[in-house]
Amino acid sequence: MSDVRDDAPSYVSKDSDVQTSEAQGGEGTVWGHTVAIMRPREELYAYWRDFANLATFMENIVSVDVADATRSHWTVKGPNGNYEWDSVVTEERPGELIAWEAQGDIKNSGRVEFRDGPPGHGTHVRAVLAYDPPGGLIGKAIATLTQKEPQTSSRRDLRRFKQLMETGEIATTTPPNREPHS
Amino acid sequence: MRALTWHGKHDVRMETVPDPEILNPRDAIIKITSTAICGSDLHLYDAYIPTLQKGDILGHEFMGEVMDVGPKSTLKKGQRVVVPFTISCGSCFHCSKQQYSACDNGNPAENQDLGQELYGEPMSGLFGYTHLTGGYPGGQAEYVRVPFSDVGPIVIPDGMPDDDVLFLSDILPTGWMAAENAMIEPGDTVAVWGCGPVGLFAVQAAFKMGAHRVIAIDHFPHRLELAAGFGALTINFEQTDTYEALMEFTGGIGPDAVIDAVGLEAHGFFADNVVDQIKASTFLGTDRPHALRQAIVACRKGGRVSVPGVYGGFIDKFPFGALMEKGLTVKTGQTHVQKYLPQLLEMIGNKELDTTFLISHRLPLEQAAEGYRMFKNEQDTCTKVVLKPGLELA
Repeated sequence: MSDVRDDAPSYVSKDSDVQTSEAQGGEGTVWGHTVAIMRPREELYAYWRDFANLATFMENIVSVDVADATRSHWTVKGPNGNYEWDSVVTEERPGELIAWEAQGDIKNSGRVEFRDGPPGHGTHVRAVLAYDPPGGLIGKAIATLTQKEPQTSSRRDLRRFKQLMETGEIATTTPPNREPHS
Repeated sequence: MRALTWHGKHDVRMETVPDPEILNPRDAIIKITSTAICGSDLHLYDAYIPTLQKGDILGHEFMGEVMDVGPKSTLKKGQRVVVPFTISCGSCFHCSKQQYSACDNGNPAENQDLGQELYGEPMSGLFGYTHLTGGYPGGQAEYVRVPFSDVGPIVIPDGMPDDDVLFLSDILPTGWMAAENAMIEPGDTVAVWGCGPVGLFAVQAAFKMGAHRVIAIDHFPHRLELAAGFGALTINFEQTDTYEALMEFTGGIGPDAVIDAVGLEAHGFFADNVVDQIKASTFLGTDRPHALRQAIVACRKGGRVSVPGVYGGFIDKFPFGALMEKGLTVKTGQTHVQKYLPQLLEMIGNKELDTTFLISHRLPLEQAAEGYRMFKNEQDTCTKVVLKPGLELA
């Protein structure tokens, strides 16, 4: 077998060691997903870079309070109440990339890249999240009231980001005869 | 308000439910004046399509008067509008290519997971259909919430009756796109399986697009008569061997283009269809694609296959060899309704297209459940049921 890897992102590898190779803090699980959004790179970057905005499209984030240029305080919904941690920006390239890492016990990190897609195909936004499940605290913290896997939840979050950026609103349906459901 | 709700196979009911509300800036609330029962509603009535939930409001063919608008809607209170059954944002990649029914953003994120699993890509949002397509409350009701009301609804000029324009919501553009997907050339013979509303509009559209001959295939005499009224040759598959007849009509070449306006609940006692029905009844399969198989086998070499009929699942014994060896082109998909509305509205206004011939029954909304029973059980004569809230019984 050749050691040469193909061009696919590490997180879609069938090899679990390769799969987790992008974990900034050595976390056990890495999830990544790319979504094409028909808005300019700089605009998408700017919205995401203001971490206070994350609560508008991430279903489990109660709030992110921005302390200064690099530090923020995150409050996230969990099955047994809220979890909180401080997060620090570890890398940023305006219009291109933001990476952050949580401080303390609830180990998790994230990275989002903004690249021009092929002509006429918008911006490719690639999010890579790393955390320590299964059964780890962050796994439980991110798993929602809907009992969805963190991966499902994150994929939905990216879809909501796309909806908000492309249409100015997040698609919803509240059937008039009952509570919202999925 | 009053609304038609789904409760299970062959169980739909009129119920009192809360009125819809504006939920997003681009929303509008429409007071329904006319709404129709679609053939694809029968797929729900027959419980062929998964993920419907008890209490869901059905209906995706509707029009009415603008009652309320969100701050980003471009509609004005009091305007009369026809609403496309596809919920499309107008700004995603697919909408920018006028592929409105492939819109990325009409379906709430939490309803996209299953479609992604089933089809590789989530489905777009549709009114009054399943939760795969958003679970949006439909228009067989007194009021409906319309998302992206600045993109979808088309304003109807005063003086044009509801009955003339209602079918812009789905079946007229669906029949039109079916003919467009057949890529008709002068001299073409086009065969249409199914003389339901979509098939009949496809017959009209095929002639408009220059078909030399259109051959309509069904087993309901009244529906075949309607097709003949537009100039189509007819084949009644209960009396006649469809394949042999098509070969006779075309000098052994086969139709240049074939249109499957039947979809997943094909009728008829053919060996493959009986097996498909048994599988469907035992949940081994959902789709009964007899018409599609026959269309592919009959189509001429290098011809075109257009599929407006609805399919949801898997097909056994799909004649892919015939498709490949004969070099056929297949075009299909849910209708990109918004793309066709201005042109079709103008053609209706100029009397170039006949829409009202289809309506066999007009009922008060309160009798919607009876309308479903009739549309299901009296398919020969019950060609289209239009429901009108507040209509008095004659």
